[in-house]
Amino acid sequence: MELTERHVEGLKHLLYKMADDPWIIGHINSEWTGMVPILEEDIAFSSMAQDKIGQSLAIYNILHEMGEQEPDTVAFTRNASSFHCSQLVEQPIGEYDFSLVRHFLYDYADAIRFDMLSNSIFEPLAMVCKKFRGELKYHTMHANIWIKDLAEGNEESKNRIQNALDKAYPMALSLFEPSEFDKELCEAEIFSGEDECRTIWEKEVGSVIVEAGLEIPQISDSKEFYGGRNGKHTEHLQPLLDEMTEVFQIDPTADW
Amino acid sequence: MNLSESNITTLLEQVMDPEIPTISIVDLGIVTGIDIEDDAVKITLTPTFSGCPALKIMEEMVADKLNGENIKNEVITSFKKQWNTNMISEKGLEALKKHGLAPPPRHKGYIELDVLSDTPCPLCNSRNTTMQTPFGPTLCRSMHYCKNCLNGFEGFKPVS
Repeated sequence: MELTERHVEGLKHLLYKMADDPWIIGHINSEWTGMVPILEEDIAFSSMAQDKIGQSLAIYNILHEMGEQEPDTVAFTRNASSFHCSQLVEQPIGEYDFSLVRHFLYDYADAIRFDMLSNSIFEPLAMVCKKFRGELKYHTMHANIWIKDLAEGNEESKNRIQNALDKAYPMALSLFEPSEFDKELCEAEIFSGEDECRTIWEKEVGSVIVEAGLEIPQISDSKEFYGGRNGKHTEHLQPLLDEMTEVFQIDPTADW
Repeated sequence: MNLSESNITTLLEQVMDPEIPTISIVDLGIVTGIDIEDDAVKITLTPTFSGCPALKIMEEMVADKLNGENIKNEVITSFKKQWNTNMISEKGLEALKKHGLAPPPRHKGYIELDVLSDTPCPLCNSRNTTMQTPFGPTLCRSMHYCKNCLNGFEGFKPVS
């Protein structure tokens, strides 16, 4: 089918959020490199962060083919208000329990999104999502092991995971902030929409949480952390971008 | 040189993975297109992992190889055909083992945890092994321990 201007606009909005999320969480989780409590975890977190950066690059490349700027320009020269990442991914790494739980909630959402989009009629996106799916398998597998092991560890580990879950879960709902384009993208068979994504996600993470003997947090206001998709961010994002782009800003034309 | 898919393939079989020098990019299964038009060839590569830093290097290695033979070329990377470990040739699996890596088991389109825990040791062939972590020194490797010969070893992990 022929894509209208409105479809292209909605598609770009979808691609920006799908690229900005892994770009930011990939960067932020790389802060754990060299710092994680055990060596294997250090490697795991660094590897997953590397996957995220690769995935964001592939999506920025699609945007570039649609007429947006070069991936490096897009990644390194925007201010916080031009980013479409969710408020979940820009939160500081915190204690390791928070980072682990965020990784669990985030990677399930990505895995579901990639799975859904593998059937998109927008071929360039469907192709990369098919690829990402295989990579994400290892991320969700890793998350499952730790959620289960720590929930069944001792009282302290269980409390820590539950507390981290209580904190991160409402933030994770910001991943599914509906967009004004959802309906049209769905009708065009480009993307079935955030609501469907969230429904599957609640079911899948819910079953891991319950199986681990933890409690699914009850949320009173699921919109508490909304806004990121349209450039409204927490106070954490701009300092993060300033640090991330510090070297680039010294000489944007430098050859590496 | 008369350009044909088979003589280009022969040349590409001499381009080795920069991180695993025993396996060629052809046996690794990442060459997904050889298109010949008149006196020029277009090579399409597909990434093993989207975050693989060796990809750009491999593009350059392919271009260097073809330039060395005075063959006009263009090398691109595309996700159109997505790589998975079943695309590694039989010869490629042997080459991985030669490098000390346990080759990935063939899979049926999905990967479960027990596939990984059942990896034979590339050093002594024992199946009495345990997986320590599905992540390793590069994105494509996992880490294992052999309870028979008491050595740690790396595996090339299956990807669907």
